[in-house]
Amino acid sequence: MKPTKPTTREPALVVDRLTKRFGERTAFSDVSFQVAYGEVFGFLGPNGAGKTTTVRALGTLIAPTSGSATVAGIPLRPENGVEIRRRIAVMPEAPGLYLRLTVSENLEYFAGLYGLHRPAARIRDALEAVNLGDRAGDLCGGLSKGLRQRVGLARTLLSDPAIMFLDEPTSGLDPVAAREVHDLINGLRQKGVTIFLTTHRLEEAEKLCDRVAIMNTTLRVVGRPEDLREQLFNKALVVKTLVPLSDPEQLFTRIPGVEDWRSEDPGSYVLSVSDPRVAAPEVARALVGAGADVLSIGEAQHSLEDVYLELIDEDVEARKQ
Amino acid sequence: MMGVDALRVRAVVRKELRDYRRKRSIVVAMVILPAVFLIQPTLAVFLASPSAAGGKYFALPLLLLLLIPVIMPSTLAAYAVVGEREQGTLEPLLTTPIRRQEFILGKAAAVMLPTLALSYAAFGLFLAVVRLFANPAIAARVFHQGPVLLVIVLFTPLLAGWAIVVGMAVSVRASEVRVAQQLGTVASFPPLAVVVLLGTGVIHPTFRVAVMFAIGLLVIDMLVLRFVSRMFDRERLVTGARAVRS
Repeated sequence: MKPTKPTTREPALVVDRLTKRFGERTAFSDVSFQVAYGEVFGFLGPNGAGKTTTVRALGTLIAPTSGSATVAGIPLRPENGVEIRRRIAVMPEAPGLYLRLTVSENLEYFAGLYGLHRPAARIRDALEAVNLGDRAGDLCGGLSKGLRQRVGLARTLLSDPAIMFLDEPTSGLDPVAAREVHDLINGLRQKGVTIFLTTHRLEEAEKLCDRVAIMNTTLRVVGRPEDLREQLFNKALVVKTLVPLSDPEQLFTRIPGVEDWRSEDPGSYVLSVSDPRVAAPEVARALVGAGADVLSIGEAQHSLEDVYLELIDEDVEARKQ
Repeated sequence: MMGVDALRVRAVVRKELRDYRRKRSIVVAMVILPAVFLIQPTLAVFLASPSAAGGKYFALPLLLLLLIPVIMPSTLAAYAVVGEREQGTLEPLLTTPIRRQEFILGKAAAVMLPTLALSYAAFGLFLAVVRLFANPAIAARVFHQGPVLLVIVLFTPLLAGWAIVVGMAVSVRASEVRVAQQLGTVASFPPLAVVVLLGTGVIHPTFRVAVMFAIGLLVIDMLVLRFVSRMFDRERLVTGARAVRS
């Protein structure tokens, strides 16, 4: 029986205070989040943060020590392991292919494990989706790392899963192949497939993910990348002048809406403001009035990488103290 | 066994057989081993004097053929789980809906099939050579070893089953392939002892003894197979640690 994708608005993943300990060592602790159907959810964190262990727990490979979760509508319990695994697909970082078998033989094997009858068409579609239609007869041992990664991705498509857990899916891929994978993920999102993406590539997460979670044993933040930027960084304007201002303190502190300022380089100033759209015209007028040669006034842009580094640095500092 | 999907078991068997075929060293080892164990019985038949050789003379050489199903599957079975783990294919496999008993059954069947095929082929070849080329009086004595021939036919799958389930038990628990294969070979010692006891006449291979031993071995094989299935712990195989839930 083919697993059906739930049509209700219930979340694809509900994780509630999930914890995993190996003896004295805590892999992850008190992790709670929800992922909606059709969402691309990024799971970020440094090495050893518990990302892979979390995926293994949600994929029923390991049992959580405490807490609960619902995966594709099914409570995460040992007796539900088979049913959960029928509805999900997991691609570990190393694709784990049988190198003496061909690409299609590898997929045929997994199609059998998913209980697919007459899987030829499904295998062909999966290979076409990752642009490997012409490599079906190649031995996996003869493929490059990038191509093996794509075979691993094709394998996750076979069972038409409700949730896909992808661990570093673009690891080892060249930029063109990585973009193909990105396109594939976007296509899957449009089909309503939920994607749980573990990645170290922050620009990838920023580009692909509707929301991201940053883990460091505990969950540090969850949210949309733009919301996280707002939460963590003050809104700011970056002002550049041809010549450094003679008395920036006197100039900037008098401008309405400017809360604070600092100079990064000669002729470059970062102004903390409550609302950049209101403050920017005031700043421009004040600078022109003071006779400054203004090169640019723009809103400060923080990337997801800034958010990530800020949080991880906080953790490092906290541990030092 | 409840909850076993034949399609998934068949998928494992087919993949394993394909994998064996592609690895030349496995194919060569599978063919060489029966050939080696055919030498001694064949020499015993062709070097025997028709006047001197009594019926029991052929018992031990014939029973040596039983070492084929004992020794041949032990290394393959020992590789079955820990080998997948070492080559990084176990984790993707464990994320599929396959149940542990399906995986174990599939792996065991994939080792059993070539073992039976080659063991019976070697046995059949031996009997054919004896019938066609041996002295007719000696050939008649070999074919009159009824209980011994029954033991070979009956015990081949049961001894192979023993070697496979013990090898897989080792494979499920072992941390690396080399250790598993060394311990798997040790699994062949008890059947070897039985063969020697039968061949040297300490245990007389009558029909009754053969059937009793066969039933005992069948029960042991089934129990060990269930035990192996229970030992198959996804968490321990993936992380090396046993699952503990508070």
